[in-house]
Amino acid sequence: MNSSVIIFPGSNCDRDMDVALKKFGFKNKMVWHDDDKLPKSDLIVLPGGFSYGDYLRCGSIAGKSKIIQSVIDFANSGGLVLGICNGFQILTETGLLKGVLQQNKNIEFICKNIFIKINNGENKFFENIDKDVLELHIAHNEGNYFCTEDELKSLEDNNQIAAYYCGSDGKIDEKSNPNGAIKNIAGIFNEKKNILGMMPHPERMIDKSLSGEDGSIFFENLLKNLK
Amino acid sequence: MKVNEKIAVEHGLKPDEYQKICDLLKRVPNLTELGIFSAMWNEHCSYKSSRLHLKKLNTKGKKVIQGPGENAGVIDIGDDDAIVFKIESHNHPSFIEPYQGAATGVGGILRDVFTMGARPIANLNSIHFGSTQHKKTKNLLRGVVKGIGGYGNCIGVPTIAGQTCFDQSYNGNILVNAMTLGLVNKNKIFYSKAAGINKPVIYVGSKTGRDGIHGASMASAIFDDKIEEKKPTVQVGDPFTEKLLLEACLELMSDKSIIAIQDMGAAGLTSSSIEMASKGNLGIELHLDRVPCREEKMTPYEIMLSESQERMLIVLENGKEDSAKKIFDKWNLDFAVIGQTTNSKNIELYFEKEKVANIPIKFLANEAPMYDRPWKKTKLPQKIKFSNNELKKLKFNDVIKKMISHPNICSKQWIWEQYDHTVMGDTIQKPGGDAGVVRVHGTKKAVASSVDSSASYCYAHPFTGGKQVVCEAWRNLVSVGSEPIAITNCLNFGNPEKKENMGEFVECIDGINEASKYLNFPVVSGNVSFYNETKDKGIKPTPTIGGVGLIKDYKNLMTMNFKSQGNVVLVIGKTEGSLDQSIFAKVILDERKGPPPEINLFNEKNNGETVLKLIKEKLALSVHDVSLGGIMIGALKMCIAGSKGIKFNKFKNLINIYQYFFSEDQGRYIIEVDKNNLKKVENIMKKNSVHFDLLGETTDKEIIINDEPTFTVDKVTEFYKGWLYKYMS
Repeated sequence: MNSSVIIFPGSNCDRDMDVALKKFGFKNKMVWHDDDKLPKSDLIVLPGGFSYGDYLRCGSIAGKSKIIQSVIDFANSGGLVLGICNGFQILTETGLLKGVLQQNKNIEFICKNIFIKINNGENKFFENIDKDVLELHIAHNEGNYFCTEDELKSLEDNNQIAAYYCGSDGKIDEKSNPNGAIKNIAGIFNEKKNILGMMPHPERMIDKSLSGEDGSIFFENLLKNLK
Repeated sequence: MKVNEKIAVEHGLKPDEYQKICDLLKRVPNLTELGIFSAMWNEHCSYKSSRLHLKKLNTKGKKVIQGPGENAGVIDIGDDDAIVFKIESHNHPSFIEPYQGAATGVGGILRDVFTMGARPIANLNSIHFGSTQHKKTKNLLRGVVKGIGGYGNCIGVPTIAGQTCFDQSYNGNILVNAMTLGLVNKNKIFYSKAAGINKPVIYVGSKTGRDGIHGASMASAIFDDKIEEKKPTVQVGDPFTEKLLLEACLELMSDKSIIAIQDMGAAGLTSSSIEMASKGNLGIELHLDRVPCREEKMTPYEIMLSESQERMLIVLENGKEDSAKKIFDKWNLDFAVIGQTTNSKNIELYFEKEKVANIPIKFLANEAPMYDRPWKKTKLPQKIKFSNNELKKLKFNDVIKKMISHPNICSKQWIWEQYDHTVMGDTIQKPGGDAGVVRVHGTKKAVASSVDSSASYCYAHPFTGGKQVVCEAWRNLVSVGSEPIAITNCLNFGNPEKKENMGEFVECIDGINEASKYLNFPVVSGNVSFYNETKDKGIKPTPTIGGVGLIKDYKNLMTMNFKSQGNVVLVIGKTEGSLDQSIFAKVILDERKGPPPEINLFNEKNNGETVLKLIKEKLALSVHDVSLGGIMIGALKMCIAGSKGIKFNKFKNLINIYQYFFSEDQGRYIIEVDKNNLKKVENIMKKNSVHFDLLGETTDKEIIINDEPTFTVDKVTEFYKGWLYKYMS
């Protein structure tokens, strides 16, 4: 399977994502923001970081970058796009995903392990995972997902909520919500479910010497679903 | 403006220093030249009060590739890998403007490391604030933590460890010390020594603005009521540009076009150009109208003294300008050829075709003043006699609660959760352990690092305190199973013109030196920060030591959390029971006098090496060094980390139980051992003549003292983790 990771100036999880994708068997290429064409890919990843410094709204400049039109075209033609952290913010800025990511409720950057309850219904990202609660890691200042009531209703009706923050037992409650996100939302799909944006970083959890291994489950499953 | 003595004094120069400048030049300097002298001759850049004493430091060792004198120190970790590291202070600016002060402190130290060709792989910091009751403390803490996080998180380097301390001596002068470790191939290290004449001098990075003018002079002065007016001297950080600069520099470094490179830190373009030329024994010619400026009508004086951040000066090989420019264009950074190296041995500055300064470089570097300042020795204080009656009145549970939730002991999770500590995907020991540990990417190796200070000990007796901090760093590295290699020091002191403060400095250095020599733990880089004084009140002497060690196989990382119940817990090293200068004495008994705990370097080394042997032979299940709060706090932290309890053995006819549990005797570790391995462990100790006590046994949750249950581990965890969150909310 071929994957591509886009590097924006200020991306800082691009290498980590490259390492993770390769570890689980993707043939990965790095793509510079100023290019206009994507290499042939089965998966495009927008990595975490602070694209263009994120001095404006997070992801807003990246959402207008040169490469992004190709990403939009790729997504609209049904290609698989994954945005992690800043990548999720960029996807909402392009309009490919609904809603916005606001500053965390406690107005502080948060770096820690969290649990998410995943939507393993019909989607290439999570279906067939035998675990429905994953322990992943978050590291962000703007991860507080918000959308209008109508948008929320359509996300729910169409089963587009990809992951909820929860406790280790899978219970979704306020205590397990790290950043104030509406309905504990940690990640969402587009309508066709070929685009996933989420705040947690699976690429930081791929080795038991690190914070944990549930990221490995995510990548292994993703690869299997793509084959 | 014609320069005179009054203007020179306003620049922070002393009248006799101004006279020396006129004598050297055989004329009166113009304003730009005076600005340059004041920047190069201030304490921060010239080390004029400290140089004489810093020379004594032990800087050599088999694994030292580069000692002090470069942008950072470099040590060999095998297989052509080397670690570049240094710690630096940003105290003065952080007090005036905590967010930007702290942020640019991180930015500056990162640049020092990647200037040498290394990719930064870890950040650490040591921060000291005033009393938690002081009205400024909360805001300063919040601002500094946000600043450190704001910079490090954006650039994408994990912040893996740190230290936070509160003491009223920092009410008017907080300390912000930032440390960075970088990884480099030992055959591809870049230095700041220029070589060859007519080589192009290149300016890259951000544009120059009016921020930070006289920053280095500000950092060389004491504070008074008007410090708010100094806000404009604080630089403004832009971590995004730094990230671009990092990537662009590393890209340029992959070929052979750079002769010398130096970041523009304190005193900006002035010190960077002069240092490169001085090290190469060359002259340098700069055309200041070619410097990319952010603001209009900047004068040569302002351009030379600006401390705008995220800038580098490079001496390139001839003919490499175009290929180098391409790289910086790609990263959208300014690139300008602003001058060349010459054989004049002078710094010659031009602005709009006019020569605006011409100074022999040796006047600025070698001829800078050096003082042998008078200093006073500190006598070892008398030991305090603690009354047994008073101790008997204490209730153990109250004491535990008060100690474990004390600001200087409690968990700093509120702080480190705001730092990205996992980016780069190699952090195997995150903050909260004895040392932070990151893997050397793509190898089996890992690098451990910690940062420590013990200002109370140093204040009570600087010589002992100096030794103690080095030993503490050594112990922290041993505790995670790494072999300690070298240290960097950040020497934060008061006013060197006062003989008490100067004495503290001299004796701390002597202490650091003695321990560093004995433990073969050389100093490879560092920084001095004097004048941490406000309205005549100076800080306690605070040398901060950053240590670096190597774990050859990261799978052998040792951690401090108790692993399972029913294991034996031992204390390695002898407990004498001296409470003087302990947190217990201060917090529970309100006793601040007395000598710090004694250091026995033989035991320190022997105990540490024995612990490493136990780890290597897989006989230790968990390890933690005993420091603030003694055995009790050490053991409780291991309980909390592992969510286990402990049943302490009953003590018969020992020293008083409080003395046993809370003394801060040095050179000790607590280890957890499987019962079946106890004999083996005891044999190793005996063979190495290491003293040890059986402390107790791990339990499921209960903490049991003298057969009486006290708290559960969950309750103690609440005390330990809750305090700082509550304080900051």
